[in-house]
Amino acid sequence: MNSLFRGRYLAVAGLACLLVFVAGVLLAPWIAPYDPQRQVIAERLQGPSAKHWLGTDQFGRDIFSRVLYGGQVSLGIALLSVLLGLVVGGLLGLGAGYFRRLDGPVMRAMDVLLSFPAVLLAIMVVTILRPGILTVIIAVGVRSIPAFARMVRGAVLVVRSLPYAEAAAAIGASHLRTITRTIVPNSLPPVLVFSTLQIANNILLAAILSYLGLGIQPPGAEWGLMVSQGRGWLRDAPHVAMMPGLAIFAVVLAVNMVGDGLRDRLDVKLKESA
Amino acid sequence: MLGYIARRLRATVFVLVGVSALVFVMVRLIPGDPALILAGVDASREQAAEVRRGLGLDQPIWVQYARYVRRAVEGDLGKSIHSRRPVWREIRDHFPATLELTMVSLALAGALGIVVGVVSAVRRGSALDSLAMVGSLAGVSMPIFLLGVLLIWLFSLYLGLLPTGGSPPCLFCVDHLRHLVLPAITLAGVSVGMVARLTRSTMLEVIHEDFVRTARAKGLAERLVIYKHALRNAMIPVVTYMGLQFGVLLGGAVVTEQIFSWPGMGRMLVEAIESRDYPVIQGAILFMAAVFVAINLLVDLLYGWLDPRISYE
Repeated sequence: MNSLFRGRYLAVAGLACLLVFVAGVLLAPWIAPYDPQRQVIAERLQGPSAKHWLGTDQFGRDIFSRVLYGGQVSLGIALLSVLLGLVVGGLLGLGAGYFRRLDGPVMRAMDVLLSFPAVLLAIMVVTILRPGILTVIIAVGVRSIPAFARMVRGAVLVVRSLPYAEAAAAIGASHLRTITRTIVPNSLPPVLVFSTLQIANNILLAAILSYLGLGIQPPGAEWGLMVSQGRGWLRDAPHVAMMPGLAIFAVVLAVNMVGDGLRDRLDVKLKESA
Repeated sequence: MLGYIARRLRATVFVLVGVSALVFVMVRLIPGDPALILAGVDASREQAAEVRRGLGLDQPIWVQYARYVRRAVEGDLGKSIHSRRPVWREIRDHFPATLELTMVSLALAGALGIVVGVVSAVRRGSALDSLAMVGSLAGVSMPIFLLGVLLIWLFSLYLGLLPTGGSPPCLFCVDHLRHLVLPAITLAGVSVGMVARLTRSTMLEVIHEDFVRTARAKGLAERLVIYKHALRNAMIPVVTYMGLQFGVLLGGAVVTEQIFSWPGMGRMLVEAIESRDYPVIQGAILFMAAVFVAINLLVDLLYGWLDPRISYE
């Protein structure tokens, strides 16, 4: 880890911010000062104070507690949707890159999925399924599938043409052995960097769906939904919408900083090895 | 070149068939019987069956798909369940607003992103470069709706300079432009950071090319070297990227129009989803995907025109 980020101060700062966020989100049951659903109408729309660090919303709920619990939902959706895209898209890309016969049909199908702007494809999936966490994971994950398929296919094509992969085939290694022992391990680094950057995209897309009222439903705590609900009180209590919005911004920025650092590092390694 | 155009057109037709099939299947997977919705809640079973027959929903799925494609090609996308108007007319009424918003946003993103990227590349390693790149990364990480909400709060509610949303019917009046400013900046915010980062990286590549070194060796002024020789060549991938961004911004317009009550396709689509107006959902998504595919094709073809060194073999 030390050598991975050496000299890359932005990436280190991003990683530190990300670790703080993840720790806060995971430890929410212990460090959140209030129950995220606890309503105290007498304390509604209060600004940040010692009692409520980020203020309260229109129902008197503590925004800091809701941001922490909402982070569990937002980060959980992002990670699981990336996993969905990585597994399904990765398998499709692996098949397309390794077996030439699959390449045309799989990649044309991916072209069709990529023909929809991200938000539209996610909206279509959400319209079919019932609103909820699982639906958002599927909707956002489906959008990641073609991106992962293209990425993995490209990485597999590069590895496949390298001498050690050709040597594996020459000594009579089976397809399964070549794929699991040679192709997959050597294709992983760029795919992992791409996954990091995809987490940032998926956090944003999930938040957009919830903002539009198509994702997590009230009274659930999710950052996009919290911004959407806080919009009605923008004049008198802008913090209700701003605080969860800034949480999304900070996490996505941190993930992008880490992703950029990893990508730069990997590029250097690739250049050195070339 | 002609062979390449033919190949790209063939691929585009295939993608359009795939897109239409996917939209068709997905709309049929939406829960609820459109015949029952059209017939009304009080309709008898016979009345619903009659409507189903009228819509052709009792036919096999491939017959329904063939009929749907034939009608779509003829411009018949069905009728809105709620307004009872043809869907193409709804699209015709809403698309110009989306197009206007997208075009203005793209111009803004291009102008700002290219300036920031060039300055950053020319002053590589300076504090200005670091600031510009951190700012670009922040722009890329900014949720579009947060930017919209921040702008509304600052310029509309706090300073009282601009309206919070909507759009007056007059197209070339000052009031219309005042309504356009915040949505356009919000939508442009999605792309500025990416355009700046791409411009910087391509400029840095081009600056080290032989022809730039030759231009310097000839004794040309640095300003001419950068703006006449380097920038012109660095712009090829940037212009291509901006063409592709047009499609991305079409998607982003769905959110921006919702934030600012801008009367475009995105807002129409979200309202259709809320009211389960299936023909409008189907028609709007199909139309936007077709525009997206057409733009990608155009950008691909323009790329060769912009850079004659590109090989189509």
